[in-house]
Amino acid sequence: MQKIGVFVCHCGTNIAATVDVEAVAEAARHVPGVVYATDYTYMCSQSGQDLIKDAVKKYGLTGVVVCSCSPRMHEKTFRKAVDSVGMNPYLLEIANIREQCSWVHKDKEIGTKKAIALMKAAVAKAELDSPLTAGETPVVKRALVIGGGIAGMQTALDIADAGYDVDIVEKNPTIGGKMAQLDKTFPTLDCSSCIVTPKMVEVGQNEKIHIYSYSEVTNVSGFVGNFKVTIKRKARYVDETKCTGCGLCTEKCPMKKVPNEFNLGLNNRSAVYIPFAQAVPKVATIDPNYCLMLNKGVCGLCSKVCGAGAINYKDTDKEIEVEYGAIVAATGYEIMDVSKYDEYAYSQSPDVVTSLEYERLMNAAGPTGGELLRPSDHKRPKTIVFVQCVGSRECDSTRGGKPYCSKICCMYTAKHAMLTKDHYPDTDIYVFYIDVRTPGKNFDEFYRRAVEQYGVHYIKGAVGKVTPENGKLIVQASDLLMNEQLTIDADMVVLAAAIEPSHSARHLATMLTASMDTNDWFTEAHPKLRPVESPTAGVFLSGVCQGPKDIPETVAQAGAAASKVIGLLSKDKLAGNPCVAHSDEMMCTGCSQCADVCPYGAITYVDKEFRMRDRTTKVRRVAQVNPAVCQGCGACTVTCPSGAMDLNGFSNSEIMAEVDALCR
Amino acid sequence: MASNYTVTPEEILAISGVNPRRCMKCGRCTATCPAFAEMEYHPHQFVAMVESGRIGELMNSRSIYRCLSCMACIERCPRQVDPARLIEAVRLAVERKQGGNHLIPDQVPERLEPDMPQQLLVSAYRKYTK
Repeated sequence: MQKIGVFVCHCGTNIAATVDVEAVAEAARHVPGVVYATDYTYMCSQSGQDLIKDAVKKYGLTGVVVCSCSPRMHEKTFRKAVDSVGMNPYLLEIANIREQCSWVHKDKEIGTKKAIALMKAAVAKAELDSPLTAGETPVVKRALVIGGGIAGMQTALDIADAGYDVDIVEKNPTIGGKMAQLDKTFPTLDCSSCIVTPKMVEVGQNEKIHIYSYSEVTNVSGFVGNFKVTIKRKARYVDETKCTGCGLCTEKCPMKKVPNEFNLGLNNRSAVYIPFAQAVPKVATIDPNYCLMLNKGVCGLCSKVCGAGAINYKDTDKEIEVEYGAIVAATGYEIMDVSKYDEYAYSQSPDVVTSLEYERLMNAAGPTGGELLRPSDHKRPKTIVFVQCVGSRECDSTRGGKPYCSKICCMYTAKHAMLTKDHYPDTDIYVFYIDVRTPGKNFDEFYRRAVEQYGVHYIKGAVGKVTPENGKLIVQASDLLMNEQLTIDADMVVLAAAIEPSHSARHLATMLTASMDTNDWFTEAHPKLRPVESPTAGVFLSGVCQGPKDIPETVAQAGAAASKVIGLLSKDKLAGNPCVAHSDEMMCTGCSQCADVCPYGAITYVDKEFRMRDRTTKVRRVAQVNPAVCQGCGACTVTCPSGAMDLNGFSNSEIMAEVDALCR
Repeated sequence: MASNYTVTPEEILAISGVNPRRCMKCGRCTATCPAFAEMEYHPHQFVAMVESGRIGELMNSRSIYRCLSCMACIERCPRQVDPARLIEAVRLAVERKQGGNHLIPDQVPERLEPDMPQQLLVSAYRKYTK
């Protein structure tokens, strides 16, 4: 006979205001199998836990039911409490009478009735609970960081600093990310590449860090502590180990009309290229879409001039498989395509640019050598109009609009305006804003400086239409404070285009079984208390892939993600989850349906000999579950047509008992 | 005159199917409006006036007849507030209050034509009845 204790929590007034907790405890006393029931203000408090522990000892309880908040909140707490007095932690059940009862009901009578039903269901399950023991799995002491921008680099450096090996997978030929493309950073106006390139060198030289540049993750299997990751090393046609980065091949390459992605297509590069002078690794890459040798079989100049003999036209994509204990997503962002916003004439005039393009036009290493010249006629613009919130804060997504604020645009626009005024004080600058959002240390002061000291015209309003006409851009706009419609003859228009997640992020999230929100930003395990962890164990989030943020926030989050990874890698073994599936070989018909639905690849089939009644043997195909890989989702148990699959801790009979109790 | 009549914001919302509370006051409607100079109240003001219940003033204003229904503001509006729809709703409200029902069901059969689309009937009821 089971001896079950029921403990009903008030949670202050969270539960007690809507549920008559005493009535629930009283009802529990009449449930067969329950030997003790009580209620208490805060079960999770130390004295509440002591109440449970004392009752376990005093009444020799064989099962405990706590009627309280969601098991996500305090299941661990209570399991630990019963464990400390010698009860198997898996003999504890939680009836969620807060989130699923008191918080969603207003009527106390109904709430109490439901709480009693939930309590009875939990008692019915507790009666069938059996003790479970968690297995242990070793932890691979190596981390993978996906993305080599400032987020990925900082995470990798911090993990390496703690003594663990880290690999960075970067899809581009060099690490550095967006920050390497920026000119200056707000609000201090220090040179972006002056602070990011030393970081890149540090990453490149760190013995603990290995960079897989020009590579992509193509498959992820396994689980926390034991991931198996397939990395595709795209054919670079240049031997990384031989190339010295001298750049002679890029000079001699006759194919020089390739849009330069580092300068956002504002100038051209050669078919064999090094993205920029400070690239890490400083190795050339041949662009297979443009190389004459690869496409037409004629040329071969780069191979002839290469003193190191690094060029290999026969290079192919290679896949390698590496094991990792933890994975960090640091996939960053892209600038939204604004060509659908016809009113701004982005596709009609080269003088309408995005802010990142403007960044390159101001950069000393950019296409104009740092001199601000407009793309159409290389003349210096005298009047520049900045348009805020292009594609951000929209509820209509037909043109690719985003419902969120991109967060960084207000600040970089103030920066652009001030830098432009600094270099060319006679420039007239208009900024059309909806709201100027500058929360951050020294941020508002920075924006005010643009207005007060530099005389940038901030206009509360919007641009309705940009018309290219006779080398000018006619900007029609509104000034809401003056209640006027304006027309400005501008030389350039700069669009603060929304930022969006890297286009590879969704595919990656699927491989990692990491969740995403509707905008394709990675979701954190808890929005406030676990901001750098994905809900998927062993997967962590660094930087903008989790949501828009600026550089200091990105670096802070990168460090936080690293510390979580270090915490995981410092463990030699991880306690597994004992609530895993197992199959009854006598009932299994070998139909394979469980293996088909298993999202973790935990089920395999083996041929097994069975001894029959007439003493003959028969070989049958039966399912076997790898308990280290199984995550206990239960998909197999509901799929199995013969009822052979069962889940520890959530067995078919336990679930049926719960349903019976609810229906009684 | 229309000045004796007024409608509630709820009625305008029901006619237009637009929620002016979604407006974030960006001003793209006013920035793009080709009839701006003709108007006493401009598109962004329209939205604010409906939201704050100042509909009587709108109904008396000539602005509602200056709107060309070019729908440029609807095209630009990032919040699906669609000012032109609100303006149309106020215009309709004025018409309806002035004359009462222009169409009664009994008249429908004699006016029917074989190739008349059903949608026309529905919209005629919306426009010509209270």
